[in-house]
Amino acid sequence: MLKIKNLKATVDSKLILKGLNLNIKPGEVHAIMGPNGSGKSTLANILSGKKGYEIEGEINFNGIDLKELPTETRAQQGIFLAFQYPLEIPGVNTNIFLKTSLNAVRKARGEKELDTLTFLKLIKEKALELGIDEKFLSRQLNVGFSGGEKKKNEILQMKLLEPKLSILDETDSGLDIDALKIVANGVNSYKNKENAFLIITHYQRLLDYIKPDYIHVLSDGKIIKTGSADLGGQLEKTGYTNLS
Amino acid sequence: MKNEHIKNNQEYKYGFTTDIESIRAPKGLTEDTIKFISSIKKEPKWMLDWRLKAFNRLKALKEPDWQKPKYPKIDYQNLYYYSAPKSASEKPQSLDDIDPKILETYKKLGIPLVEQQRLNGIAVDAVFDSVSVATTFKDELTKKGIIFCSISEAIQKHPDLVKKYLGSVIPLSDHYFATLNSAVFTDGSFVYIPPNTKCPMELSTYFRINASETGQFERTLIIADKGSYVSYLEGCTAPMRDENQLHAANVELVALDDAEIKYSTVQNWYPGDKNGVGGIYNFVTKRGACRGKNSKISWTQVETGSAITWKYPSCILQGDNSVGEFYSIAITNNFQKADTGTKMIHLGKNTKSKIISKGISAGNADNMYRGLVDINHKASNARNYTQCDSLLMGNKCGAHTVPYIKNKNATSTIEHEATTTKINEEQLFYCNQRGLDQEEAVSLIVNGFCKEVLQQLPMEFAVEAQKLVAISLEGSVG
Repeated sequence: MLKIKNLKATVDSKLILKGLNLNIKPGEVHAIMGPNGSGKSTLANILSGKKGYEIEGEINFNGIDLKELPTETRAQQGIFLAFQYPLEIPGVNTNIFLKTSLNAVRKARGEKELDTLTFLKLIKEKALELGIDEKFLSRQLNVGFSGGEKKKNEILQMKLLEPKLSILDETDSGLDIDALKIVANGVNSYKNKENAFLIITHYQRLLDYIKPDYIHVLSDGKIIKTGSADLGGQLEKTGYTNLS
Repeated sequence: MKNEHIKNNQEYKYGFTTDIESIRAPKGLTEDTIKFISSIKKEPKWMLDWRLKAFNRLKALKEPDWQKPKYPKIDYQNLYYYSAPKSASEKPQSLDDIDPKILETYKKLGIPLVEQQRLNGIAVDAVFDSVSVATTFKDELTKKGIIFCSISEAIQKHPDLVKKYLGSVIPLSDHYFATLNSAVFTDGSFVYIPPNTKCPMELSTYFRINASETGQFERTLIIADKGSYVSYLEGCTAPMRDENQLHAANVELVALDDAEIKYSTVQNWYPGDKNGVGGIYNFVTKRGACRGKNSKISWTQVETGSAITWKYPSCILQGDNSVGEFYSIAITNNFQKADTGTKMIHLGKNTKSKIISKGISAGNADNMYRGLVDINHKASNARNYTQCDSLLMGNKCGAHTVPYIKNKNATSTIEHEATTTKINEEQLFYCNQRGLDQEEAVSLIVNGFCKEVLQQLPMEFAVEAQKLVAISLEGSVG
């Protein structure tokens, strides 16, 4: 599904990613761990198409060269980024944002756009599945949301848009244990043979709830170690410094 | 390529011209022109005298030049002051008598005048260049004693009301453009709501400039008698032309005891092209008097068109406990300029005013909020709340806020908040990542920014206004 070959990325003439390789197949869950400043969020940004990076190397998503595609086309093709810091958009009702978003994606996929009633029925179902209070759907998007509510909202959007590859950028940071469970349930209930996850995290904590197939350690712009789910527990004890 | 094509089509979809034979006054601003206008409208002598008095005052007045947007000198002798479709020279008695070309024009503009297709629950007065060509739902309104007709018809049929109120809010010699309008105004709408009557539908006027080298000077007068309520909306469009055309309207509102007037404007005059060539000069005087106790006047404006918008819809809060409101969205793109805001004059006790202004500037445009809050020494316990927010897109545009506050009463409460923000790249990225393209993302964010004002519009128009906001900003980011 996703093939990254020798990816190098520079921002403000500083080399951040220094030749990264990664293969993700449908049905897999990959976790990326690593110290601060190792390039984890840069990878998430580049995959979703954020501007401001000079890029070398190959990024292939289901046979398409991603580097050429604008952000919205990548989203429409099934790449979803759960933001580390979801943005507030004052004056925009969460429901309206979600509907606009879903219909933009559906339209690009050649599916029928949903009318308001059908949409509301769908979004209420999804919110209920995740244990999210539907009241927050009528609030302004992320405005005045707690950290946990914002992250839950990201997972709700993921379930709504049904992406092929979901990238979670430190979705677990700042979450209490209940919110963490909701996020993990969201991922586990959506996970199937067709889609894949790339989970960026600092902590083993989230991986206790979402079992990854692979854990990669990113350090200084390169993946320096890849292992199974056990690697996380090991890292928790030894830290990153003793690797390599 | 495909996107480019769509963009060009949507740029200004009202820019077409209707090829129609018209009757014009001779060019130039002279006593003869004024007599021509008055005579073709078969006006009574008092009206002509009033116009001539204004014309004499005009000679002593100077065009103001304190505004921020400067413009080349207007040659007032090289303008037509009256232009009317020939077929309308005798006001059509029924819709069957209206020139099909005019009906077609309004249909194209989305304002069908024919019976079967009328907008539900909205009565429309259609003004084409200098004359009103049709007013819908008249009979239904008449049953309730409501008068909704062209100002020309009101001068003939309701002279007492016109004499009593015309010029009572905007005096004849108020300032250059207002006085010019008093001398040469051609048509506009007249509304009278009798005591204790709630107008059962939205009243609206649709202004269309068609003829070239013509100024449009419309005059609107709305009177809400004791305990009555009316919601009124005006919309405007014009063809695309290289020349600048002048639109200098006067709008007067009078609210008596316990009456309420809600006045909404969706202004979409031709803004000029991408390089700032052509477009309407929209120099308008709008003023409402809350004359009675507990009366209320609320202005809502969505200003997206015109090369220059220069207007300050104002409220004179005379009656005790009267309320004035001003909700404004002013969008300037490319080389458009706006200098707009409001004046809230507090004279009565316990008077309240609220100002919410949202200015959005893109391209090379310049956007100015200018407002006055004036609390008279007699206006005890007056309150004002002002909020001015500016949104900038790109780095060649400007936003300015100039609030004047005059307070002569120590019991008053005045609050002023102002913000200036740039459209946030992170917000755009977030929207893009959710599948919205750049224009959809901008539209969503800007509509959110304007929400407090948009929700003041009557339901039927809010959706249209949202679309207009999006279209006005197309191509401004990215």
